Amino acid sequence: MADFFKKLFGSKETPTKPKVIDNATTAPLSDQQISSIIASQLPKYEIKQLVAGVGQSVGKQRDHNEDSVMALTTTISGTPESVPFGLYIVADGMGGHQFGEVASNAAIRLVGGSITKKFHSFLYNMPSQQLQDSLQEVMEASIMEAHQYIQREAPGSGTTITAALVLGQQITIGHVGDSRAYAVYPDARIEPLTRDHSLVKRLEELGHLNSDEVDNFPHRNVLIKALGQGETLEADIFTIPFPQQGGTLMICSDGLWGVVNEKDIFRIISEAPNLHRACQQLVEAANAAGGPDNITVILAQLIG
Amino acid sequence: METKHITTPFGGDDKGSGKPRQQLSSGATLVNRYSIQDVIGVGGMGSVYRARDLHFPNVVKLVAVKEMINMAPDPLVRQTIVQNFEREANLLATLNHPSIPRIYDYFSHDDRSYLVLEFIHGKDLETVISDANGFLPEDQVISWAIQLCDVLAYLHSQKPDAIIFRDMKPSNVMINHNGDVMLVDFGIAKTFQTGQKGTMIGTEGYSPPEQYRGEATPLADIYSLGAALHHAITRRDPRLEPPFSFAERPIRRINQNVSVEFEAVVNTALQYNPGDRFPNAEAMKDALMNVARKTGALSKIAAALPAATTGTGIKPLWDFKCEDEIRGTPAVHQGTVYVGCYDNNLYAINAADGKFQWKYPSDGGIVSRPVVHDGNIYFCSEDQRLHVVSARTGKVVWTYYTEGKIYSSPRIADGHIFFGSEDQDLHAVNATSGRAAWKFSTDAPIHSTPLIYNELIYFGTESGSFYALDFRGTLKWRFSAKRSITSSPIIKGQAVYFASLDGTLYALDAKSGWAIWKFRLGKGTVSSPTLADDYIFIGASDGFIYCVDTRTAKEVWRFKTDNQVSSSPAVFKDSVYCGSVDNHMYCLEYRSGRLRWKFETKGSVTGSPVVFDDIVYFGSTDHHVYALFA
Repeated sequence: MADFFKKLFGSKETPTKPKVIDNATTAPLSDQQISSIIASQLPKYEIKQLVAGVGQSVGKQRDHNEDSVMALTTTISGTPESVPFGLYIVADGMGGHQFGEVASNAAIRLVGGSITKKFHSFLYNMPSQQLQDSLQEVMEASIMEAHQYIQREAPGSGTTITAALVLGQQITIGHVGDSRAYAVYPDARIEPLTRDHSLVKRLEELGHLNSDEVDNFPHRNVLIKALGQGETLEADIFTIPFPQQGGTLMICSDGLWGVVNEKDIFRIISEAPNLHRACQQLVEAANAAGGPDNITVILAQLIG
Repeated sequence: METKHITTPFGGDDKGSGKPRQQLSSGATLVNRYSIQDVIGVGGMGSVYRARDLHFPNVVKLVAVKEMINMAPDPLVRQTIVQNFEREANLLATLNHPSIPRIYDYFSHDDRSYLVLEFIHGKDLETVISDANGFLPEDQVISWAIQLCDVLAYLHSQKPDAIIFRDMKPSNVMINHNGDVMLVDFGIAKTFQTGQKGTMIGTEGYSPPEQYRGEATPLADIYSLGAALHHAITRRDPRLEPPFSFAERPIRRINQNVSVEFEAVVNTALQYNPGDRFPNAEAMKDALMNVARKTGALSKIAAALPAATTGTGIKPLWDFKCEDEIRGTPAVHQGTVYVGCYDNNLYAINAADGKFQWKYPSDGGIVSRPVVHDGNIYFCSEDQRLHVVSARTGKVVWTYYTEGKIYSSPRIADGHIFFGSEDQDLHAVNATSGRAAWKFSTDAPIHSTPLIYNELIYFGTESGSFYALDFRGTLKWRFSAKRSITSSPIIKGQAVYFASLDGTLYALDAKSGWAIWKFRLGKGTVSSPTLADDYIFIGASDGFIYCVDTRTAKEVWRFKTDNQVSSSPAVFKDSVYCGSVDNHMYCLEYRSGRLRWKFETKGSVTGSPVVFDDIVYFGSTDHHVYALFA
C-alpha cells in the first residue's frame, strides 16, 4: 500500500529509516482497492516498439565498399494482432570475386524485397486470410531467390548474408557466410547467434586448430558457403525469441567483429545515448583499430 | 527389473556359500527407516536388497541395502570385522565419483551389519556379457574401459593411501540404465575376506600373479581390468581357464572384429610382469582414447551404446488392475497416483507399492488427466462434468456440468479452471465457487487441453482452429490448421507448439499467432509435444516418435515403433518416454533417440506416461496401471 500511495502522490525524499505505520490496516483489501492497485501497476505503454540504428564505413584500407545493408522497422499498433515488424540484413560481397558489391547489393534488395512483398498485405493492408508460409519458409525462399539471381546475373561473385526478420517476439534468422548476428545483454553477455561458414571455423570445429592457431590462421577470409556460390545452397535458418530484458540484436560484417573485441562492443552499446550513436561509435572504433575492411553494423531493440 | 546379482562368492566357488543365510523378507523394516522390497543379489556374506527409504514419505526414494552377516564365533574376530566394516564405510563416504555409488548410511545390530548405498538401476557387466547375442561392440567396451580407467585413477590417487580395488571383474561393474559404468562392492568384501584364513583376495582368473603373493598395487587393478576387458570382448570367462593363460587366447583369434590397437592395449594391461603393464590407470586411459580416436570410435561412443536393457526383461515395480481400458494420463501427487479409467472411476493408488487407496465413480469414461490443487483432484469425464473430489478421501466436493462429453484436461490458473468440452465451449470456472466465470464459444468440439501462459489461454479445436484468449475470455488471435487440433499446446521462448491431424507440427509466435515454422510429420497426430533443451518431441500415427530442433525445425532423430503413437512423450533426466499402439512403453535417450528399454503391456498404450522421482507411471488399454523404474 505504501508503495501504491507513493506512486500516486510522488515522494521526493527517500526515508532513511523504515517508517512505522501505526494504523496500518491488515484486513483483506476490498475488491475496489485491489483493482485500483492492479490498474496502477499495469504498464502505461502496452505497445511494443522496435527501434534500430545502422552504421557503415568503407574502412581505412579499402577503396570501395562491398558491404550492403538494409534496415526496415515498422510499428503498427491499435489492434491485438498488430505486432512489431522489422527486417535487418547485412551482406558482405566477396572481395576476391568480381562484382562483390553487385552480389551483396542484389542480396539485400532481393531478400528484403521478397520478404516485404510477402508481408505487405498483412502489414499495410487488411488481410483476408493468414499467411500460408511460415516465417522460416519465407526466409528460405527469399534467400534461394537471391542465390539464383546472383548465379545468373553476376556469375563468379558471392556474398555473405545475415538477415533477421523480427515479427512479434521472434527473430527468424537466415544466414550464409561469416557476417554475424549477436544477442547483447545488459549484463555484458554477448551471445553469438550465428555460426560462421568459414574454413577457419570449420577447422576449429573439427578440432584441427586450437584458439591460438585460429587467431593466426592465414586464410581467415575463406568461406565454405556463400550466396551465389555452388549449385546447392543450404542456408542456416532458425528462430529464437528476441533477447529479453533490454537485450540488443546486433548484426555486423567481419569488418567489425574481426576488429573490435566484445568487451569494447558491449561498452559502446551500453554507454551510447541511443542506438544510432552506438552504431556510429562502433564504426569509429573499427576505423580507429585500423579499419582493414568494410564495416557494417545494425543494432535493434524491442522496447516497451 | 534386472539388477545386480553377485554370482560368485569371494574366495572361489568351492565353498558352497552362495546359499542365502537368513534373508530378510520383503516388507521387513530396518532401523525403522528402510523398508525391504526385494532381494537383488546374494553374496558370500549376506544379501543385497532393494529398499525404500521411509524418511521420505511423500516420494519413493530407493536405496540398495547391503548386508554382512558376521559368522565369526570368536568375539575378538567379530569385533574386528565390525570395526573394519565401519572403517571401510567411512572411507566410502569420503569418495565422490560418478562411477562410485554414494553411501547414505551404515549400521550394525546383532550379528549383521548394513551399508545403505545408492540404488543402481541396471545390470552387472557379467550379465550383460552373457545375455548378449554374440560379441559386444568394441566401441562400447572401449567406452566402458575408459570410464573404468577413470574411476581406478581416482581410487589410486586417494591420499594418504591409494585405494586398491583388488577385485575388478565384470560382476563388480554395473552398467546403469544410461549405459554408464558403476563400480560396486569394493573395499568392504576385501576387509571381511581378510578374516578368512588362506583365502586369496580377489577373484581367481582376474587377479594378477603378484596378488597371489599378497601384493596389492595399482598395477594389480590394471591387470584385473585387462582381464575383465578380455572377458568382455571375447566372451571367454577367465575363471574357467587356467590362471594367467590370456596369452594363449589371443583376442583377435576369437573375435576378428576387434581392432589391432584395442587388442594391444588389453595385452599390455595383462602383462605377467607388473613393470611391463601401463604405469598407471591414466596411461591406460590415454592409450584407450588413442584407440578410440584412431578407429573413429570416439565420435561414435555416445551413439553406439545399445540399449542397456531391451526386450521383456523389465519387471514393473508394481501394476494395478482396473476394470476397463486406461487411455488417460495419471497424475502423481504426494505419494499417490491418480488416474481415470474407462470403467468410469478415478483411482487413487499408492505410488510406492500400487496399493488401492480409493476410487470415485463418475458416470462416464475418464480420459482427462487429473490435476491436484489445494488438496482436491480436478478431472473431467465423458459424463459431461468437471469433478472436484478430495485428494485424501475421494469424496466429491462439487461438480460442474457442460453440454458435451469432456476429453480435455483441466488447467488451473489464477483461481480458475479452464477446459474445453464437446459442447464447443472453452469453460472458465471459478475454483472456489464452482461457478462459470465465462465461456468462449468456438465452431467445433474441443479435445485439446488449454495452455495458460502469461495471462493468455491457448487451445485447439476439432475444426482445426487454434485460439489465444485473454483471461477475460476475449479473442487475441486465431490460427487455422488444415485439420483438427487434438494435440495440446506447450510454450517455450515465446513460441507455442502443437500438432494437427493435418500431419504438421506447428510453431507459432505466442503473442501474434504468426507461424514461425511448420514441420511435416509422416502422418497426422493427436499426440501432444513435449520439450527439453532445444528439442521438441512428439509421436505421430505413422508410428514414429520424432525429435525436432525448436530453432531450426530440423529433424534430430526419429524412432520407429510398430504402430501409431497417440501417446504424448514425457522427458525425465536425459530420457524420453512414450507409449505406442504396438503395446509398448519406450524409453529412449533423448539426444540420440537410442532405445534404452521397452516394456510390453497386453494392450495399446495410448495414454501418456508421467515420470516422478525416477518412476514412470502409465496406463494401458489392458486395464492396468504400471509403475516402472525410469
